[in-house]
Amino acid sequence: MKTKHWLAALWVLIVFILHQDFWNWNKAGPLLFGLLPPGLTYHLAYSVLAAITMALLVRFAWPAHLEEEAPGDPQPPDTKS
Amino acid sequence: MIPAIVVFIYLAIILYVGMFAFRRSTGSKEDFFLASRSLGPWVFLLTVFGTNMTAFAILGSSGLAYQRGIGVYGLMASSSGLIIPLTIFLIGTRLWSLGKKHGYLTQVQYFRDRWECDAIGTVIFAVTALMMIPYVVIGMMGGGHTLDSLSGGWVPYWLGGAIVAVVVMLYVFFGGMRGVAWVNALQTVLFLCFGAIAFFLISRNLGGYDRIMAEIAADPKDSALLTRARISPQEFFSYTFIPLSAMMFPHMAIMCMTAEKVTSFKRTVVWYPICILLIWLPSVYLGIVAAHQFPGLKLGESDDVILRLLSENTDVIVAGILGAAIMACVMATDSQIMALSTMFSQDVFAHYGGARKYGENVQVWMGRAFVIAIAIVSYVLALALEGQKSIFDLAIRFGFSGFAALSPMMLAALFWRRSNKWGALAAVLWVVFSMGLLWWLQLYSNGLAPKPGQPPVPIFAGLGGLFLRTPMNVTIFGYMPVMFMCLGSAFWMALVSLLTPAPTRATVEKFFPPSSSRPLPST
Repeated sequence: MKTKHWLAALWVLIVFILHQDFWNWNKAGPLLFGLLPPGLTYHLAYSVLAAITMALLVRFAWPAHLEEEAPGDPQPPDTKS
Repeated sequence: MIPAIVVFIYLAIILYVGMFAFRRSTGSKEDFFLASRSLGPWVFLLTVFGTNMTAFAILGSSGLAYQRGIGVYGLMASSSGLIIPLTIFLIGTRLWSLGKKHGYLTQVQYFRDRWECDAIGTVIFAVTALMMIPYVVIGMMGGGHTLDSLSGGWVPYWLGGAIVAVVVMLYVFFGGMRGVAWVNALQTVLFLCFGAIAFFLISRNLGGYDRIMAEIAADPKDSALLTRARISPQEFFSYTFIPLSAMMFPHMAIMCMTAEKVTSFKRTVVWYPICILLIWLPSVYLGIVAAHQFPGLKLGESDDVILRLLSENTDVIVAGILGAAIMACVMATDSQIMALSTMFSQDVFAHYGGARKYGENVQVWMGRAFVIAIAIVSYVLALALEGQKSIFDLAIRFGFSGFAALSPMMLAALFWRRSNKWGALAAVLWVVFSMGLLWWLQLYSNGLAPKPGQPPVPIFAGLGGLFLRTPMNVTIFGYMPVMFMCLGSAFWMALVSLLTPAPTRATVEKFFPPSSSRPLPST
């Protein structure tokens, strides 16, 4: 694997670990804008981080070779006679 | 009654969309089963998301948030927001490429070739088809109950289920995959738009969410809903394995083969977490609000709190439109029926000589006939077993774990050239065995189940905390069984593959072309 692929994998691992926000477990407040408890605010931000992570993967680790490997007219797989 | 009329108008619209898709069809096998592999980026995003969105995302998540609090969002939504697009990125793009390159219509065709074995493809077909049936039946049940609820009993359960079954059957029968894709795209847009409107209207009618949240925070009995006090750290962690199931669902795997280009996946993987956020945040939040508005509901009773909030806080027309949006999620059965039809016609009928003997046209009509058969059987099961809904709910919960535990096999097939059929067979047998064991443990421990809020109970006193029973689940040392099922599946896949002969050089060269950077293994 190329270095950028290792870095991408490391970044995904970090984001995965960040999902376990044990420090917010029993916090009921303060409410953000009077609406969002800390645990929910964190995971809202986490959803945005997930989208950013996917955008980074698309930018730096996109499997472009798949388009080249796939021809326009596929051959049907063998079927049992 | 007016909400039900609005829902009927909606059903007529999606029926028209399905028929319109039929007019665009070419009649070929690829066109009926895969929409000629022609979906562009936006339709693909909306379709994939709509396909994976079930009634549980709306009704179940708000009902669960009602019982367990805001942690449900982190438990199910934000983890899915990372894991599902990641699996689409890693697995979905490869399945698309393999489908385009080798003409595959289903993942079972790929497994048969990759593992050089007919039988294992048949085993995987049988296991996945069996695990899919409860989803279709639950969809029929959900359609019947939702119409019954929205019409105030004017459309009874049996009639509501029949209407849903006929509508889905007709647009899948005529429109095929193109009809399913367009209807799913429409449903996703509908839900994203009207979900936001509902959230705003309910807030306005209740005098603002800030007031309600302040009251919940000040109430010692309810304030735990704003924390994760009702979810254990072990459960929270191990639940992150569940979204691995997404790409193992046949309807999701087959849907990935409908994209026109691999670049269609880019928009899907980037926007998927945001779509999840837009659907799940209001659902979970409204579940908390409902706990304040309608206190004291038990497990199961809280599943319709979102419908109660709608009917009490919006006018009838809006409630009808939102009811239609909820129907959109309930009717995710369309893609499941389509997937079962594709698998039957391709992995059974065509594979065992039907296509060669009778031709492609007959294969398409076999697929259509199977759509009718599945719709009728599912409807009859939904009627006959209405009182046994909890069994199907349980089967679905187990189904998620089972599909997730099959994901190591898919990853090995795609990325580990040394993996072979014996490893795959060991992994599948492990999944079947562990699901059977869990099913038995669940039924055995039903009498021991603690009430919500009470601590887990050991199932066998002599085994300590090995098997614990919570109000809803069996856990292993407090962790969800899916974690051990996935790790066990990966272990057996690796161990048995290494102890048995490698795949032939021809197979390795076919699926890992020589242009790949690493050398081929000796065979």
